[in-house]
Amino acid sequence: MLEAVSLRKSFGTLVAVDDVSLRLENGETLGLLGPNGAGKTTTVSILCGLTTPDRGTVSIDGQPLGGDTSPGKRKIGLVPQDLALYEELSARDNLQFFGALYGLAGAELEAALASSLALVGLADRAKDRVKVFSGGMKRRLNLAAGLLHNPDILLLDEPTVGVDPQSRNAIFDNLEQLKSRGKALLYTTHYMEEAQRLADRIVIIDHGKVIASDTVAGLTHGGGTLESVFLHLTGRSLRD
Amino acid sequence: MSLTPVIGIITKDLRVFWSDRRAVIMAFAMPITIASFFGFIFQGRSSDDEVAKIPILLVDHDGSRISTAILDGVKADKNLAVRSLPLEQARDSVRRGNDTVAVVIPPGFGAAAGRAFFRGAAKPQLDFLYDPSRAMELAMVRGVMTQHVMEAVSKEMFSGQGSQAIIDDTLRQLDSPSTTMPEDEQRSLRDMLTSIQRFNALNRIGATASGAPGATGGGGLSMPFEMHEEAVMARQNASYNGFAHSFAGMGLQFMLFAAINMGIDILTERQKGIWKRLRSVPLSKFTLLGSKIASGSIISSLVLLVSFAFSIIVWHVRIDGSKAGFVGVAIASALMAASYGLLIAALGKTPNAARGASVLATLMMVMLGGAWVPTFVFPAWLQRVTVVVPTRWAVDGFDAMSWRGLGFGAAVMPMLVLLGFAVAFSVLAVWRFRWEE
Repeated sequence: MLEAVSLRKSFGTLVAVDDVSLRLENGETLGLLGPNGAGKTTTVSILCGLTTPDRGTVSIDGQPLGGDTSPGKRKIGLVPQDLALYEELSARDNLQFFGALYGLAGAELEAALASSLALVGLADRAKDRVKVFSGGMKRRLNLAAGLLHNPDILLLDEPTVGVDPQSRNAIFDNLEQLKSRGKALLYTTHYMEEAQRLADRIVIIDHGKVIASDTVAGLTHGGGTLESVFLHLTGRSLRD
Repeated sequence: MSLTPVIGIITKDLRVFWSDRRAVIMAFAMPITIASFFGFIFQGRSSDDEVAKIPILLVDHDGSRISTAILDGVKADKNLAVRSLPLEQARDSVRRGNDTVAVVIPPGFGAAAGRAFFRGAAKPQLDFLYDPSRAMELAMVRGVMTQHVMEAVSKEMFSGQGSQAIIDDTLRQLDSPSTTMPEDEQRSLRDMLTSIQRFNALNRIGATASGAPGATGGGGLSMPFEMHEEAVMARQNASYNGFAHSFAGMGLQFMLFAAINMGIDILTERQKGIWKRLRSVPLSKFTLLGSKIASGSIISSLVLLVSFAFSIIVWHVRIDGSKAGFVGVAIASALMAASYGLLIAALGKTPNAARGASVLATLMMVMLGGAWVPTFVFPAWLQRVTVVVPTRWAVDGFDAMSWRGLGFGAAVMPMLVLLGFAVAFSVLAVWRFRWEE
């Protein structure tokens, strides 16, 4: 279980995250929604230990997350918004590398590779270089790289950006499968229908603050879609 | 700490390096090609090579026995390739860069030089028309000309046909009331000239008796010594191999280029979000950056190793000094290069911006370090200043262990200084590295 309490992070005069608290249980999917520049990515960065908050704490199973070598980081799998892969290497070489970072080697690594590649449907393309993959395949491999070490918590930062509906559906299937295995998923997205389909609970964040936190049903009980609620809460003005 | 992540990072970096075949070939082929070129230029002269002669022109407007003797002496000199041309053609040839120097012997040079030989007054002038881009060769030509002019003039004065008239003329000058020479000096010069007259008369009698018309016997000043040259090398009778220096220099340059690529790769990893993934792993900064230094050192060492292996096989370069010292300097250089790459990653903002600045810095460093041309051609102040450049120590270390054939002790200081630079670069890199996204 992941818990963040009163997180605050500023960059100069810009307050990116302001008093954000959230809780993520095992087997739960939490949708983190917000317009551009709302503070989603900074929040995810703090949750996985990339960014040190000015204030507040993050704990995993009751243990505070702190420092580069914090054991809690092993329980987290990060799927960044960017395609964080080596295009000149094969899918298999990429996964071997990311697995080795978590200390996986030998048979354990081979099993993790096989299972991750099978989950994202790339087992038969393991030896191909990533640069020949389609956008959807790269996204799926990006997801596989975050799963190799079998983390309890998966932080997914807009994992379906720029992919076709087929790959998006495949990723949804993967995530639902992971959730059914008891993994906790934190999912940031701009696509309301994705959040509606996947998330058990939604946290809407804007200007660094949590402005709503509820189930989809709870947010839409007054009528309208999740998108209309989102626009009502965050406004219709364009964001940079 | 498990070594699996460290090995994983190193293996991945090597795979990325090898994945671009064209870049790999360039990384190995470029230093070999450039070093071979520089090696030819700085090959030096081995005993069985033809001596590179300096091309000069002689313009003889005098036509005297002395100027003819100078011409003969210069033509026989092994250091010069001499041609005779009219003045304007000679000037044009030097201007075009076909010849280094044109030496113009003016009319009356022989007679005037003879008179000046004894009295030191009214010295005639030799004109040197030279290519300003080859001033170093001008100095050599001046030295060689001095020798041949002295030989020709002194020979003519002590034994030549024209010497009698010049000595008679000089004696008349001494007897003239207008002479300003002190009395005792006049007496000494008169004695010497009279002795030369007697000596020349005896020579002529001897020549007439031997039946050789015009023979005047020997005489004149000549170089009172012969020169024996011995290159001080590691082995007896070994010849200097210019490729040893050029491959050390170019190997080092391309080690640094490999390090630049490492730094750029880190910046690219950051740009692509890979660095986020690396930082989300429970690994210390030391492990992450230390692994990068390790992989950078391995790749840099490979570049150097392949270059030197080629030079040993093809150009017969030998590690005549301490083999352990050579390996030590190579490892220290590789660590210095890798930490330099890390510093580029720490200070660089974007891959493109970092590439431009770091290539410039690297070229400056290798140039000042004597990787292109040996530092002894630098001005003295620059030679002193370049000890603050790490490449200078690396090049000196490689030279010491290869063609100079020195022992391990000569490698210790270069190794220590290079390791000092590696530590300084690493500390600076860690301090300036942007850890947070």
